[in-house]
Amino acid sequence: MAAVANQPPRSPGNNRKAGNPKARNRKVALMAFAAALGMLGLGYASVPLYRMFCQVTGFGGTTQRVDEAQAATVKDSGRTMSIRFDANVERGMPWEFKPLQHTDTVSIGVRDMALFWARNDSARTVTGTASFNVEPEQAARYFNKIQCFCFTEQTLKPGEEARMPVIYYIDPAILDDPDNKDVEQITLSYTFHVTSTGDAKALDQSGTGG
Amino acid sequence: MATTAEHFQAHADDHGHDHDHKPAFFARWFMSTNHKDIGTMYLIFAIFAGIIGGAFSGMMRIELAQPGIQYLDTFARWFGAVNPDFNSTLHVWNVLITAHGLIMVFFMVMPAIIGGFGNWFVPLMIGAPDMAFPRMNNISFWLTVAGFCSLLLSAFVPGGTGLGAGTGWTVYAPLSTSGSPGPAVDFGIFSLHLAGAGSIMGAINFITTIFNMRAPGMTMHKMPLFVWSVLVTAFLLLLSLPVLAAAITMLLTDRNFGTTFFDPSGGGDPVLYQHLFWFFGHPEVYIMILPGFGIISQIVSTFSKKPVFGYLGMAYAMVAIGVVGFIVWAHHMYATGMSVNTKMYFTAATMVIAVPTGIKIFSWIATMWGGSVEFKSPMIWALGFIFLFTVGGVTGVVLANGGVDDVLHDTYYVVAHFHYVLSLGAVTALFAGFYYWFPKMSGRMHSEFLAHVHFWIFFIGVNMIFFPMHFLGLQGMPRRYPDYAEAYAHWNQVATIGYMVMAASLVVWFVNIIYAFAAGKKAAGNYWGEGATTLEWTLSSPPPFHQFETLPVIEEAAHH
Repeated sequence: MAAVANQPPRSPGNNRKAGNPKARNRKVALMAFAAALGMLGLGYASVPLYRMFCQVTGFGGTTQRVDEAQAATVKDSGRTMSIRFDANVERGMPWEFKPLQHTDTVSIGVRDMALFWARNDSARTVTGTASFNVEPEQAARYFNKIQCFCFTEQTLKPGEEARMPVIYYIDPAILDDPDNKDVEQITLSYTFHVTSTGDAKALDQSGTGG
Repeated sequence: MATTAEHFQAHADDHGHDHDHKPAFFARWFMSTNHKDIGTMYLIFAIFAGIIGGAFSGMMRIELAQPGIQYLDTFARWFGAVNPDFNSTLHVWNVLITAHGLIMVFFMVMPAIIGGFGNWFVPLMIGAPDMAFPRMNNISFWLTVAGFCSLLLSAFVPGGTGLGAGTGWTVYAPLSTSGSPGPAVDFGIFSLHLAGAGSIMGAINFITTIFNMRAPGMTMHKMPLFVWSVLVTAFLLLLSLPVLAAAITMLLTDRNFGTTFFDPSGGGDPVLYQHLFWFFGHPEVYIMILPGFGIISQIVSTFSKKPVFGYLGMAYAMVAIGVVGFIVWAHHMYATGMSVNTKMYFTAATMVIAVPTGIKIFSWIATMWGGSVEFKSPMIWALGFIFLFTVGGVTGVVLANGGVDDVLHDTYYVVAHFHYVLSLGAVTALFAGFYYWFPKMSGRMHSEFLAHVHFWIFFIGVNMIFFPMHFLGLQGMPRRYPDYAEAYAHWNQVATIGYMVMAASLVVWFVNIIYAFAAGKKAAGNYWGEGATTLEWTLSSPPPFHQFETLPVIEEAAHH
């Protein structure tokens, strides 16, 4: 003890046999810091990755979007399925929104059109976007939309009404999927939200702090 | 495990502390760069935070003692509400569960087990004079304290329905975004940012220290298992906490700056928040328990007077738990509507974790097998840990099943499960470590008698609290409500009595600490005798302010 008692406190790390220990420590620390930054970046990257994952796999009831060329290759399977339609508006969205048919029986593999109807009940012009979902969720990857009002924003003037179509078909591959073998009805659901460029958004959110 | 060579300069029983160059009080404790002082501050902070978090659970237990709402109105007034209406009274319940969870996870278990014991004993066990970055160590500690202050402040500002953040420790959107206007949740998020930043810096410090500052001859495969456990934990912190930071930053911008990461009206998805949270949250539960595994390994080996059975298996079992812990997160989300195949994957992956965990449990038992077992207080606590953690692990395997979880999700069965592994598991490991090392840290022996009394009262109390919760959960009692149907009254009453028993055991603990400082015998360098073979036992109790100024050399033939 006495032999070393008068030494000042030693800086840590100067005890290694080889190399400059401070530089070695800094190197390891920087690598660890880079790993932490990388995970932070991955956290943010997960937002687009998750969206892509949902679009590709139909995860969480995300329906598929196809173009005319793809749709033209699908053949009628001769089997039918019931589709139920559901329409909602977000709290604070001043529209009335409903499907014009509640259920529809369609041939699997044949395109069909469903009509929705909306009316702006407020005294201002409101732009809305519809989010969509199907139930049961495992049917989503076979639910193909060729045309949908949900692909774009919709704007309604005060009191204006609109009929909005969805053109879709059920992929016959659903008949070969064991996860869907007991599915007899698919529910297609839409919820209209005020698009944030609309003035209603600001009004709606001022009361909720966010 | 490691024996030291003859020429290692021993400090044993040398109490020449005046030669230690300790700084004056303010500089020593407020600008501390000494790993032992910082470890002590972490432990004191964790005890303080634990008392507050434990008091919150007492408030919840007293409210749950009988059906109906009896005390929440009083609690609301304590927090400063004037004539609270029914909703803001019930909001107090949400604030209590949120604060209890966040405090116990971020400000009690983590500071105690990583900041406290990790800081104290990792450098001692690997023969290092201090941590690699002593100043960063100090910043880590004070960031944690600042985070705690931010969380406490949140209880006194509006959080939507009433005062305080009532989001649960998971802070799920949209409750935490559009559902909780007012600054309380922002304070809560800020608290997590601060504590998270502190923990990431701590993790970088531990990784650098363990990789670069081991004494000559202390190879990775000779490190004591506690050091291994802290190394794995540091990696888990480093890789999981930034994901939480990203998620809660998105919450913050969703709340205040109009982004829509978790808001469907702008194309976001609230379920994404749950994925991000649990990608952090599941490794987080291993962050809390792995250092406990390390402590238990040291103690079981010491008091069986045998090297730990299957050292390499024990070390790599922890690595395996850490790796697999990153790919099982969605078993917290079975109720969000996952496909059968996704559920099957997460069920199977979750159950795989039982394998390395089983390796650890059986290796502890094999360490005791044929050993000369001595039932000193740390060993009693370690045995209690093994029992309680195994009970919690078994219910974990039950809950891992996606199908079973459909029934048990968000019931008291889940509460019982995670309290058995964390509250009883991690806290029992903390007490085991406390009795194992308290004389080493303080230089004074505690009373073995009081430590045994503490153990038995605590053990009976916590089992009375949490075992009946299995029954309540199986009968369908949901979590997170202050009221319940009368059919659940009996076991809730038992649990509340159990809480009082457990609280009484803590009185014994405090008496024991006071006894140790007032009348405890001076502790020798190695007061546990021949079974204690790691490097901290070659030093005096307490160790000199600066240790290992001449590095210990670990012999080639050193045995684990």
